[in-house]
Amino acid sequence: MSDEEDDIILSELNDEDLVAQMFDDLYDGMKEEIEEGVNILLERGWEPYKILTEALVGGMTIVGHDFRDGILFVPEVLLAANAMKGGMSILKPLLAETGAPRVGKMVIGTVKGDIHDIGKNLVSMMMEGAGFEVVDLGINNAVEAYVEALENEQPDILGMSALLTTTMPYMKVVIDTMVEKGMRDDYIVLVGGAPLNEEFGKAIGADAYCRDAAVAVETAKSFMARKHNQGAVAS
Amino acid sequence: MTNLSDHALTRQGLPASGRGQILLLACGALAREILAIKAANGLDHLDLQCLPAILHNTPDKIVPAVRAAVAKHRDDYDGIFVVYADCGTGGLLQTACEELGVEMVAGPHCYAFFEGVESFASREEVTAFYLTDFLVRQFDAFVWEPLGLAKHPELRDMYFGNYEKLVYQAQTQDAALTAKAEACAERLGLAFERRYTGYGDLDGVLKTLNV
Repeated sequence: MSDEEDDIILSELNDEDLVAQMFDDLYDGMKEEIEEGVNILLERGWEPYKILTEALVGGMTIVGHDFRDGILFVPEVLLAANAMKGGMSILKPLLAETGAPRVGKMVIGTVKGDIHDIGKNLVSMMMEGAGFEVVDLGINNAVEAYVEALENEQPDILGMSALLTTTMPYMKVVIDTMVEKGMRDDYIVLVGGAPLNEEFGKAIGADAYCRDAAVAVETAKSFMARKHNQGAVAS
Repeated sequence: MTNLSDHALTRQGLPASGRGQILLLACGALAREILAIKAANGLDHLDLQCLPAILHNTPDKIVPAVRAAVAKHRDDYDGIFVVYADCGTGGLLQTACEELGVEMVAGPHCYAFFEGVESFASREEVTAFYLTDFLVRQFDAFVWEPLGLAKHPELRDMYFGNYEKLVYQAQTQDAALTAKAEACAERLGLAFERRYTGYGDLDGVLKTLNV
């Protein structure tokens, strides 16, 4: 990093330049700078939801695109996510107070036999950033845990993640159980994880396969829009 | 002379010698083990070509690389056998092999066939991170560097926080390699277990390949 960049004083930047700088800081995984930027924008009277969507999600979207395009790799994405997490931890309680719009609700978890949660955590964070309420079941979830969460939380979306070829078939166990219980059509089912692909998603009866966190957000939004439209037609 | 440096096996793979009736198209991480099995059993009808072992880290590139290699060598041998397990391809390698009319090793990955696919599955070790001889020797190239841990050690627990132990599946008896594997476990903050597997299912699979 150059000396010139070291000299940047965030509080002296106007709003536009500050948000642009936050995009850069997010890209570089600079957590403290992101937290400082969030606090400055709050002091300037920005609504928490506006900071979340314009400064954090906006920056993270660039990170997502560059990851998809092979410009950034997993370590850089994790550092960026960590920085965003820092900003979100400031905003989250404020978002609850200020009644930010809620796009939908998602229950998400890594399937039984699988302890990998990096992708799932990224999806959770980006979904929250996009205005979804996320109930994260964590790792190694048996079908009973998914079903119980669906019944208790009544989400719009179920998200399942797997990193292993040996664990991804378990997603079908969950979906088949949902069918048996007559609850499959009550939820949008999104699946993701490194060894998955679109054909697999179709074969197990998921609504969509999402190749990364950005795609998961876009897919979720699109399904929610359809759901609302159907509701409008029906009423 | 054939270059068998681990670095070359990781980045370039190993070219076929052109001698033999059946081509083994393998992951570079298996080169030494396959050559040892060949030598010990006089399997001179088997030739070996390895794709770069580092494809292990990008499974989506394995299937196109296998397809290209099979297409290139199909006419040069009586048969081709793919010495990869599924290796994170989500079943796509199996599908590709069926389309190409070639066979491959059964199992989810080399950790499974070194230990024996059935025995490996029965353990249900959800929280174990596996290394083989090759992966211990190439730990930095396959784990430490690609995960950015040299620059950002603070990411370690984001990657490995849910794991409990590192299982070193030893193909050979090598005290120095065991010490290195144990050091790898320490670097990852995991408990260490050494499990001697020898060549596992791989030995039997290669011996059954006939013209």
